[in-house]
Amino acid sequence: MVHLSKPPVHPRERRIILKHADEPDYDASLETYERHGGYAELRKAYAMKPEEICQEVLDAGVRGRGGAGFPAGMKWKFLDRKSGKPIYLICNADESEPGTFKDRQIMHKDPHQLVEGMMITAYAIQAAQAFIYIREEMPHGARILEAAIEEARAKGYVGKNILGSDYSCELIVHRGAAAYICGEETGLIESLEGKRAYPRIKPPYFPAALGLYMCPTIVNNVETLCHVKHIIAMGGKEYAKIGSPNNSGTRIWCLSGHVQNPGYYELECGAATYGDLIYEIGGGLRPGRSLQAVIPGGSSAKVLRAGERFTGKLRSGDAFDWGIEDIPLDFDGPAAAGSMSGSGAVIVVDDSVDIVEVLANINAFYAHESCGQCTPCREGSLWMKKITTRMVNGGARTEDVDLLASIGDQIAGRTICAHGEACAWPTQSFVAKFRDKFLEAAGRDPAEQKKRPFRMV
Amino acid sequence: MAFEPSPQLLEYTEKVIPRYPQKRSAIMMILHALQREVGYISLEAQEWIAAQLDLAPIKVREVVTFYPFYREHPIGKRHIRVCRTLSCALNGGYQVCEKFKSEFITGLNEISPDGRVTVEFAECLASCGTGPVALIDDDLHENLTEESVKALCDQIKAETPAAPVPAAPAHA
Repeated sequence: MVHLSKPPVHPRERRIILKHADEPDYDASLETYERHGGYAELRKAYAMKPEEICQEVLDAGVRGRGGAGFPAGMKWKFLDRKSGKPIYLICNADESEPGTFKDRQIMHKDPHQLVEGMMITAYAIQAAQAFIYIREEMPHGARILEAAIEEARAKGYVGKNILGSDYSCELIVHRGAAAYICGEETGLIESLEGKRAYPRIKPPYFPAALGLYMCPTIVNNVETLCHVKHIIAMGGKEYAKIGSPNNSGTRIWCLSGHVQNPGYYELECGAATYGDLIYEIGGGLRPGRSLQAVIPGGSSAKVLRAGERFTGKLRSGDAFDWGIEDIPLDFDGPAAAGSMSGSGAVIVVDDSVDIVEVLANINAFYAHESCGQCTPCREGSLWMKKITTRMVNGGARTEDVDLLASIGDQIAGRTICAHGEACAWPTQSFVAKFRDKFLEAAGRDPAEQKKRPFRMV
Repeated sequence: MAFEPSPQLLEYTEKVIPRYPQKRSAIMMILHALQREVGYISLEAQEWIAAQLDLAPIKVREVVTFYPFYREHPIGKRHIRVCRTLSCALNGGYQVCEKFKSEFITGLNEISPDGRVTVEFAECLASCGTGPVALIDDDLHENLTEESVKALCDQIKAETPAAPVPAAPAHA
């Protein structure tokens, strides 16, 4: 069986989604969940009209926690309800963006919260069937969810005539097979149809109109679907008071890399900064080390260089002048600083490693994960990997720095899905911000590089 | 030689297909069950799956060859997948992988000479806060060091009898 550790909750946290997950005697059973008030919101929701639930979620302003940050209520609003075709709900549990490990906690420690959030959502959108698409690398997670669904079905929370109503909806767990591209919603849909996960082009293939089996489909992230339960509990307008305007609710931030206390921390949006997360909550850097870079929202997010200043005007009209440590931990903060909060994965890099090798490691990931449909991404991701690996191993040329940047520039915006941007942004931002280090790397001696004791490619 | 499914696999297949609105959607779940039971997915097995789902065999093979987890060749008795991606690498993921390889005197992506393991790199295993991590079969092992890897390898050697495989894979 799986034993995920239960670290202490930091006093700065405001836990809504992970409220009970790390309590010592809390387990994944239905009995435990109900003892903590579980499935009360399902009952409340099923006494409401579906459109009322949709309105609450819209009022809550909850933005997608998977990466794009698109408001969930808006996504639901785009659903084509007039086609007469069945509507499907899919939970994107393919958590794969490097640096992200929040959905793992929810699914392993509190699976019924996801089941409840999904069955409320399914009713709200009047789904004919619901799916959880979980990545293959979480076999225990899949089993835990399947067991939770069985328990919920026996109680009438899932399946036929839920809570005695005339609404029925089956929920099943579907397992991926180690392909990152399945986290892209249209790739996920193709995969769930039993095909290669080749993303579809939008327009016309917006899942809300032409999704699974070309039927209207909603794809939401695990954390987002859990928030639906709490929106029903509080009411949308009340929920919207948590966090800051346009950044409502809490978010689970995943801190990893070179910090003393890596881990996941659920914080009210905008109530803390990247500096608070890294230095106060995360315990700061290892002794004797200084900060080199922060990747603020999963490895595809544009890198921030230590010492960089970010200036401009906020949506509110106020001017800002931030260092990395001042950037608010929410959706809009990192975006104002020219990057993104993405999946909430903050990766800290200290001065002990070669920044070129950091990019080479990232590039190897995106080259491996390109689905191969679009030439700029398929070829470009591989070229970027080759060039950065050559810089690390020695034997690169000075002109490779500009060549590398130009490849990145030619991928973004020229592909079917956002994997093009995801693979190009790291290269574009690393080369722009650490140009000096890349020029230096271009002149390295292969014989010397072979001797390096620590490797990341 | 035609593929002969076990009664368990047949039963699972019959149970899983009707869960989906369309038959083809069941491919991945059947592949998982089959690979778990047999160890790998032969061309004959792919033809059998195709027949269950009324598909041309190529529709199954295009799935098998797209997803990194499915394999057409056998691997060692235990499957070790070390996370290669950034957060683990920053904390020594590559060194962890080297240690696994040296303990079983094996290269990456091959069956170790004693037949016990296949060591692979995996991309981000979504446990970045406890890196370096590795999956051994279904179980995740966190905060790995050279010492803890040595202990895991000793445990595998004690639990898993050596069975050198001199023969070439079925579809080499």
